[in-house]
Amino acid sequence: MQKKVFQLLVDNTSGVLSRISGLFSRRGYNIESITAGVTADPRFTRITIVASGDNDILDQIEKQVGKLVDVRDIRELKPAESVYRELCLIKVEASAEQRPAIVAVTDIFRATIVDVAPDSLIIELIGNQSKIDAFIGLLEGHKILELARTGIAGLSRGKENVIWIDE
Amino acid sequence: MNGADAMVKCLVNEGVSAIFGYPGVAICPFFNSILDTDIESILVRTEQNAAHAANGLARVTGEVGVCVVTSGPGATNLITGIATAFADSIPMICISGQVESNLLGSDVFQEADITGAVESFVKFSYLIKKVEDIPRVFKEAFYIANSGRKGPVLIDVPVDIQRATLKNYVYPEEVSLRTYKPTVNGHAVQIKNVLKELEKAKRPIMCVGGGVFLSDAVEEFRAVVTKYKIPVVSTLMGIGALPTEHPLYYGMVGNNGKAYANRAMNESDLIIMVGARVADRAVSQPDLIMEKKVMVHIDVDPAEIGKNVGPTIPLVGDAKHIFGDFMKQECNCEHEDWIATLNSYKETMIFPRNPNPEYVDPAEFIRILSNKMKHDAIYVADVGQNQMWSCGYHIVRDGRFLTSGGMGTMGYAIPAAMGAKKGDMSKQVVAVCGDGSFQMSMMEFATIRQAKIPVKVIVFANNYLGLVREYQYNAYDAHYSVVDLTGNPNLEKFAEAYEMPFVRIYNMDHIEEKIEAFLKDDTTALMECMIDPMDTVK
Repeated sequence: MQKKVFQLLVDNTSGVLSRISGLFSRRGYNIESITAGVTADPRFTRITIVASGDNDILDQIEKQVGKLVDVRDIRELKPAESVYRELCLIKVEASAEQRPAIVAVTDIFRATIVDVAPDSLIIELIGNQSKIDAFIGLLEGHKILELARTGIAGLSRGKENVIWIDE
Repeated sequence: MNGADAMVKCLVNEGVSAIFGYPGVAICPFFNSILDTDIESILVRTEQNAAHAANGLARVTGEVGVCVVTSGPGATNLITGIATAFADSIPMICISGQVESNLLGSDVFQEADITGAVESFVKFSYLIKKVEDIPRVFKEAFYIANSGRKGPVLIDVPVDIQRATLKNYVYPEEVSLRTYKPTVNGHAVQIKNVLKELEKAKRPIMCVGGGVFLSDAVEEFRAVVTKYKIPVVSTLMGIGALPTEHPLYYGMVGNNGKAYANRAMNESDLIIMVGARVADRAVSQPDLIMEKKVMVHIDVDPAEIGKNVGPTIPLVGDAKHIFGDFMKQECNCEHEDWIATLNSYKETMIFPRNPNPEYVDPAEFIRILSNKMKHDAIYVADVGQNQMWSCGYHIVRDGRFLTSGGMGTMGYAIPAAMGAKKGDMSKQVVAVCGDGSFQMSMMEFATIRQAKIPVKVIVFANNYLGLVREYQYNAYDAHYSVVDLTGNPNLEKFAEAYEMPFVRIYNMDHIEEKIEAFLKDDTTALMECMIDPMDTVK
């Protein structure tokens, strides 16, 4: 099993997201995360999908998604040539005694405490997936009450692979 | 002008001459407007058959077949027909009426989310929300359906949009689809590489699929095969691309294909797949068959290339263009020894059947029928044993062989034959069904009579769902379960009810005269052939 990050540029039509996610489910492809948002040009939406499978499956994912009528472009975001970011919100149980230890870890990771309640904290962390995984690992011993991850968004580095649509 | 007028006008602009449909309240504005045009509306007796009829028409004419139904059950009844067309890449426009747009999603009477329901087997679908979008959507839909890898496109039109006023109707000359641009021309370097491989190959074989018909490339394909003397096998959908009796044709491959066709594939050192999916029923163990071979895969759909088998040379493009490019090349290829070997297989690897003389032998019957049919006749096989016998023994000359390949939809033959005949009234059209598949669409004789579309229908009657029975014999030790068709109607009385000639044939006595008499005149007629219930396709 391998993981690949795909970047899609799609027409901002109604149903496009369900067409894409439907394709994954009916063909049995694994989707690890999917994020979508409108681009600077409101006609288009950019979608970042993390998919897993063997090489043949990942190759098929690229072709089958590319075949959808409203998909303008699909390409792999290779780790070395791309930037990935994910946002993660973690609600941790934190009594007054526990708080300093959690704050220390939060500082080291340049995460932010965005909400404080008498017995809990919400931490916001932005980073690539391994950073977030590492952070969650370090919170062991503390009780994670709730956790929300956005899945990654990504862009390729440099200007070469940018698609301009003028029409 | 209202939305419905615009929809109809779009069909006129696309050159549509006939549609198959079934009205209901949600599509009534459309059927009201179509009366003002020369487009013929043919009322089928159940919606699924509207899709099959449009499918048959599309396959014969190369045009886009059109079917029109109402919302809710009308639309859901169409689904099997849409899936059938999708599996065989048949270009089709399916128009469904929909409930009022402000009521969408509130589960009102006859509301069904049809665009959602057909998502996995349409090429694309539209739910029109503004009357102004109608011309653009229709233009795009026809273009999408009939370009690249063809397929069905659904347009769902709420009834209020059909009634809404459209001030300015302009049918676009061109489509501008930012995201959809199918590759047509093959890569020049890859084309040269294929020719190089062909020159090197000692035992080349070309495996042709339905894509050759879809890209209207039969003529170019035949020219290439003749020029380079490449032996050919076909998939189920590729039957007839080369005439059955062509010296370079070695039959259909696959589970139900000819032994010598499969052997030709196995022993070849170069396989050129054209317009075929390397589907499970054609090539059951793709990895095995590709060992020590060069594999060229030519297809307009890049996603099919490498899906089931990784080719040595992938070649994305339209078969018509690619064969045209092949013709411009030269290649010093002689494969006389290989062809001689294949000929010896063809002569020797024949497994004689042991027909029961008390019944009609379907194999011999089909062979004689083919010879009595006109040289350019259209033969439509249904699904089941009748289909497998048809693949094995029907002789295509200049005509067509139509059947539901990918989906294997029983009941396809009668409506598809009806659509095919409507598409080309000059052609002789013969449908062959089993007694199971016949009953899935026998209501269409009313349509055939009403719309005056004469077709010849032959029923192989063995009182069983024969192919399933045969499978249960082999896989479940003859433990037959729910395959007995006792209760079938008396077809003589059935024919009388629809006022058409009928003949029942019990055995092979005077078979030639009986077939000749049946085929005489371009009128609808029904023939029932009594088949040994235990007869098998293998």
